[in-house]
Amino acid sequence: MTATVFGLVGALLTGIGLFGLLARPEPLLRILAFNVLGGGIFLVFGAVARRGAGAGFAGDPVPQAIILTGIVVAFAATTLAVALLLRIASDDESDPS
Amino acid sequence: MTAWGALPMLAVMLPVLGMVLALPAGARGAERITLALLPVGIALAVGTAAAVQASGAPVVHLLGHWAPPLGLSFRADGLSAAMLLTAALVVAAVALFARAGFGTAAGAPETRAAFAFWPLLLALWGATNLVVVATDLFTLYVALELLTFAAMPIVCLDGKRATLEAALRYLMFALLGSVLYLLGVALIYGAYGTLDFVLLAGKARAEVPTYVAVALMTAGLLAKTALLPLHLWLPPAHAGAPPAASAILSALVVKGSFVILVRLWFGVMPGLAAPAAAQVLGALGAAAILLGSVAALRQERLKLLVAYSTVAQIGYLFLMFPLLVAAPGHEAFAAKTWTGGVLQAVSHAFAKASMFLAAGLIAARLGQDRIDGLAGAARLLPVPVAAFGLAGLSLMGVPPSGGFAAKWMLLTSAIEAGQWWWALVILGGGLLTGSYVYRVMAAALTGDGTQPALRRPDKREKIVLALALVSVVLGLLPLAAFGLVQVGRLDLAP
Amino acid sequence: MMADGLIAAAILGVALATIASRGTFTAVALFIAYGLLLSFAWVRLGAIDIALTEAAIGAGLSGALLLGAASRVAGRGAAMDRRPGRAMTVAIALGCAGVTAALAAAILLLPDPAPSLAPQVAANIGATGLGNPVAAVLMSFRGLDTLLESAVLVLAVIAAWSLAPDDAWGGKPGPMQPVLADGPLALLARLLPPLGILVAVHVLWIGKDAPGGKFQAAAILAAMWMLPWMAGRVVPPPISARWLRVAVAAGPALFIAIGLAGWMTQGAFLAYPPGLALPLIMVVEIALTASIAIALALLVIGPPGRRA
Repeated sequence: MTATVFGLVGALLTGIGLFGLLARPEPLLRILAFNVLGGGIFLVFGAVARRGAGAGFAGDPVPQAIILTGIVVAFAATTLAVALLLRIASDDESDPS
Repeated sequence: MTAWGALPMLAVMLPVLGMVLALPAGARGAERITLALLPVGIALAVGTAAAVQASGAPVVHLLGHWAPPLGLSFRADGLSAAMLLTAALVVAAVALFARAGFGTAAGAPETRAAFAFWPLLLALWGATNLVVVATDLFTLYVALELLTFAAMPIVCLDGKRATLEAALRYLMFALLGSVLYLLGVALIYGAYGTLDFVLLAGKARAEVPTYVAVALMTAGLLAKTALLPLHLWLPPAHAGAPPAASAILSALVVKGSFVILVRLWFGVMPGLAAPAAAQVLGALGAAAILLGSVAALRQERLKLLVAYSTVAQIGYLFLMFPLLVAAPGHEAFAAKTWTGGVLQAVSHAFAKASMFLAAGLIAARLGQDRIDGLAGAARLLPVPVAAFGLAGLSLMGVPPSGGFAAKWMLLTSAIEAGQWWWALVILGGGLLTGSYVYRVMAAALTGDGTQPALRRPDKREKIVLALALVSVVLGLLPLAAFGLVQVGRLDLAP
Repeated sequence: MMADGLIAAAILGVALATIASRGTFTAVALFIAYGLLLSFAWVRLGAIDIALTEAAIGAGLSGALLLGAASRVAGRGAAMDRRPGRAMTVAIALGCAGVTAALAAAILLLPDPAPSLAPQVAANIGATGLGNPVAAVLMSFRGLDTLLESAVLVLAVIAAWSLAPDDAWGGKPGPMQPVLADGPLALLARLLPPLGILVAVHVLWIGKDAPGGKFQAAAILAAMWMLPWMAGRVVPPPISARWLRVAVAAGPALFIAIGLAGWMTQGAFLAYPPGLALPLIMVVEIALTASIAIALALLVIGPPGRRA
């Protein structure tokens, strides 16, 4: 039951994040939307892991490990997008044209 | 686990190790690491191809002796072997070409561009190899992210405002593509409890979760492959990128996501693909061929012309989908479609790498790259202009080039499959390609008579010519006779 | 069940507010709350390892990164594209609703009983010597993913540094001025690091048998470095410093070397010799923790900035 609830929350978050990514023009808000979307996807994956609970584990450890890896990779992507955004902003500052 | 499985494993791990070591080694050390790895990488790719050809079966390496579904494996089939070879040769050519721009002399201080270029090149190489030999859909996700994280900075290596913005746009497209793909991965695991596409082959059921997963993954991969209408990031990304970066991006990076797409459609769910969906992919490919070529024809800058040509040439790859989906029971033309598609990917890689590098040499010498301003280029730079023309022959599909063989196989398959409309698209695309290549060659061959024909011999010209020659000679190889690229096709598994 | 509903509603509300917010600071603050609420969801889903990672990385490090970014782009439109028109917005909303509906249908129609690798993990965990099943997957069964991910972080550091302006190349990472020089942060920056380092070592060590491990420990360590940096108490070394680069590369390089040694002695990449699995895994864990911590901190601090 918990798995289904959070799986559906993941589906909703995916839609919300996707909307923000496509409809908000501000780059920083797009980066936030990308992270909201990422959270939704990991929750869908988490629901899958929870459904696979068994053999004495509260969830299937394989998708759980995949989510951990995914969170770190998504974080790295966020830092790169931010670095690029700040570089563009600092160029604007030094050369307003 | 097979005898030669360590070869593809090393083909992945050595460039990755080189990329990691490049950070402490600094720009000069990184350049040396890259150059040392080039012959090793070529040898590993040749060895893998030989092992696949000799055994007639994929070579497999189980990581840590754990077999899927619990563990992960590397598996090199014919498609992998062809792509490993392509990647090794294109990376070698680009690396040798790039020494002039990104080399560091002994004792010279490290520059930012040189520091970044070599590890990024190694990362693109390792990630491309990983994409073609990994069998786990999540490992493939990590490989796609490696490709993105390396391609984004290499696009904006010159640090100019326009290229930084192009890089941000590319990053947004690529990240959106990645997360859609990852969403599909989650559903596949939920439905089947494994992510290994070899295990998934033949197990896939025609159910809602499967179709939603494959639709999401397809959409994500199309964004990364830059298939029209998701191609918007590609031309600006190429416009300001260093020629070496454009060459790798067009030759290898966009092919990586394409290979995964082929594995997904014809590995994970052969027989399940709806013919209508495949027709849609084919139609997008056809639109890319026609609209991309027309856009190329209308560009004012040589580099952008070549970039739009990539948009068009990617389109040909997608003609594989409707033809293969129609194929079960018609193995003869399925095999031909398959070989044609792979050959298109490979010959385009060589031809386009040559074109971007040639365009780079021309722009560097003339100081600009407007097509109107190319007059006299053929006298100043006969070798790059000739290479551009040769590569153009392959893109047009003129015999005996590799592009001809590829397009001929796709065209005849289309007729045999009763889908003659794709044949018309291939012919129309060839004419349009001919027009834009002619436009460049005609401009370059007019002499304005004022410039003295001062040639400056440049070793890089040979590299550019060699790449173009490979794309032509590919058509002379009796590829179909080798049967290499057919080995390990999952859609044939019982 | 009540708890699930409340957490779910709160997450959705905060996510909507983040996407709809007008100011960037508000959006980032809401996003940090989103990360913290997600950790509760992970606890409810029985995934304590992920809850710790989400709190440390998803809310903590991302929060610091995005707050810093918001303060530096504040007041600038810096819009990449034009805002889509009303009709386009409606079309996008319908498309996103369609994706959500398709996903929801797929989730509801997943097979029951769910396929799972949990029994296989339980059957093979003994060979790794680890007690934490997630750690066993990360370090042994799917060790390749972890290895590649650590390489991704090295690549991300290289990629981030490559975005430095040329005139700042080789300098100290991050913006030129410390963010906040005094106030409560300075006090925290003095008191917290010793405690945080102890916690990180504990999290790393228990990770072999209980929830925890290198990612969580590395995220805490990274925060313990960034806190004094943000308070202006420590200055990061220049990116040209050899030891810094060695430290970022050492963990992944060691992991690959051990993997290759496994191929030479055991016949498979990343195969551990029988009996040596646990000690080798712990050596790699410790080396990776140090390298990942430095990489994460460098990624949050950012590339060297232009001199004012």
